[in-house]
Amino acid sequence: MEKLYKFLKYTFIILWTVFIVAPFLWAISTSFKDFQSVNSKVTYIPWLDFEPTLEGWRVLVKSPARGGVDIVEPYFNSLFVTCTASLISIVLGTLAAYALSRFTFKAGFVRNNDITFFFISQRIMPPIVLSIPFFIFLSTIGLLDSLIGLVVVYIVLLMPIAVWIMVDFFNRVPKELDETALIDGCNPYQAFYKVVLPNSVPGLIVAGMFCIIFGWIDFFFAFILTFTEVQLLPVKVVALNSSITPWWSLSASALISVAPLIIVAFVVERYLSKGNLSGALK
Amino acid sequence: MNFKHKYVFLFPGLFVLIGILIFPIIFTIRLSLSGWNSYTPEMNFIGITNYIRLFTDDPRFWESFFRLSFLSVTTVILQYIIGFALALIVWREIKFKRFFRVIFLIPMMTTPVIMTVIWRTFFHESLGPVNDLLGNLGVKPILWLSDPVIAKFTVIIVEVWQWTPFMFLLLLAGLLSLPKEPFLAAAIDGASPFRKFVYVTFPLMAPISIGAIIIRLIEASKIMDTVFVLTSGGPGTATETSSFYIYIKGLREFQMGYAATLSFTYLVIMIISLTIIAKVLTKLMIKE
Repeated sequence: MEKLYKFLKYTFIILWTVFIVAPFLWAISTSFKDFQSVNSKVTYIPWLDFEPTLEGWRVLVKSPARGGVDIVEPYFNSLFVTCTASLISIVLGTLAAYALSRFTFKAGFVRNNDITFFFISQRIMPPIVLSIPFFIFLSTIGLLDSLIGLVVVYIVLLMPIAVWIMVDFFNRVPKELDETALIDGCNPYQAFYKVVLPNSVPGLIVAGMFCIIFGWIDFFFAFILTFTEVQLLPVKVVALNSSITPWWSLSASALISVAPLIIVAFVVERYLSKGNLSGALK
Repeated sequence: MNFKHKYVFLFPGLFVLIGILIFPIIFTIRLSLSGWNSYTPEMNFIGITNYIRLFTDDPRFWESFFRLSFLSVTTVILQYIIGFALALIVWREIKFKRFFRVIFLIPMMTTPVIMTVIWRTFFHESLGPVNDLLGNLGVKPILWLSDPVIAKFTVIIVEVWQWTPFMFLLLLAGLLSLPKEPFLAAAIDGASPFRKFVYVTFPLMAPISIGAIIIRLIEASKIMDTVFVLTSGGPGTATETSSFYIYIKGLREFQMGYAATLSFTYLVIMIISLTIIAKVLTKLMIKE
């Protein structure tokens, strides 16, 4: 019985691992193929099934004028929008979360929980609902197809995440911490800045990682609110998909686009194993 | 503790969010009462004509909505079962624990649309590896993307691949934060692993499970990216979800007024049904 359970357990996680890794392996293999090895029959293993070439990867460094795919500029655009929006969301979200965790608010029937819910519930908002008014709004003020316009929209996407994680986190930071600081003569701002914030680094990192993930992977807003001036990475890669781009350069650009955030998986795991995440995500 | 200062902390975030959101929402409501389209791109007033059209003469929207419900509920159930199983396995000591944990997290870090671009080649009906490998086993080529029924399952497979890690992460973080005592007590009583799960782990995890399911349902109710790239809502309208339909009406056919009507109705339905689901789940899972 024990043996059988162990066997099933390992079979399950190994199968799941294969399922997770499969598309990556396929993409890596495809990125080294040429026309023949993609279109004649399905091939898998380089050297054995087909002769690998670097054509798919070379396209990424060629200038667009010579048939290359310009992925550098979308890369930096994505980086800029994600980081700026995350930073603003974290700063504003953390302040709001601290207020919601420490002070009592009352306005009519609205209490702390209702305000927290208001923040978090913005995630329910389907992107399509916002995108139509934003489309008209941004085009009226001339910010359609600009980085600033996107940052504004992404704040709506990310601040709820920051508030969600930080409220729970601050609720677990003992109140005595700020009380002691206040007794020691700090004003509330100093107590927050000098005492509470340094003790909240794990929470801030978790919130930051989540903001960066959900900013980086967004496609829809970037797709609707930008055209040619500004292109974000996901939009660029999807545009390749619908044109006549060969599979090898498609796979190479897809791989290079998802690579940076895979590092985040290692960071998240580290926090998980150290036990820092358990409270932050509850 | 109560200070005037508390508003200084709360207001910047609150007002930035309200400031960004208030215009779009009011605008959507107003727009939904207009006949703004590509012929008359102006904010005229046509009353509730759009709403009458939606409720009496637009089966395509309701079909897309039921399809969305089917897709999101199915994927979230699968994600919950698989995610919970994975979390339980790597919760305890096991060989290469940290390796598996990292692997199980990776898909949620990758951009859904970009991975879907790869999935599209993966499920390609003549040049993709799935049909080729199945072909070696003597299975006839499966129409992963062009059969109306199978295409739905392809979308589900991709969504499960993409988002099970998120469920896994929330549940594992929950498991790791559980108190040790109940498990010790169960061990002393000599409870079997199965009984331990049913009577100790699962009840303790119920609140966390509900949270995770609701969060995932909220996110899944927005399924759009995957469908957009994988099937473009096709074949026909077989995988069209509400968001995608609204996108077609609004930003392809430029029936802005009607699209706003759809958006607003969709938002209201979403809020109501998610609230009901949250209430029902809480009742079901925390009773015992």
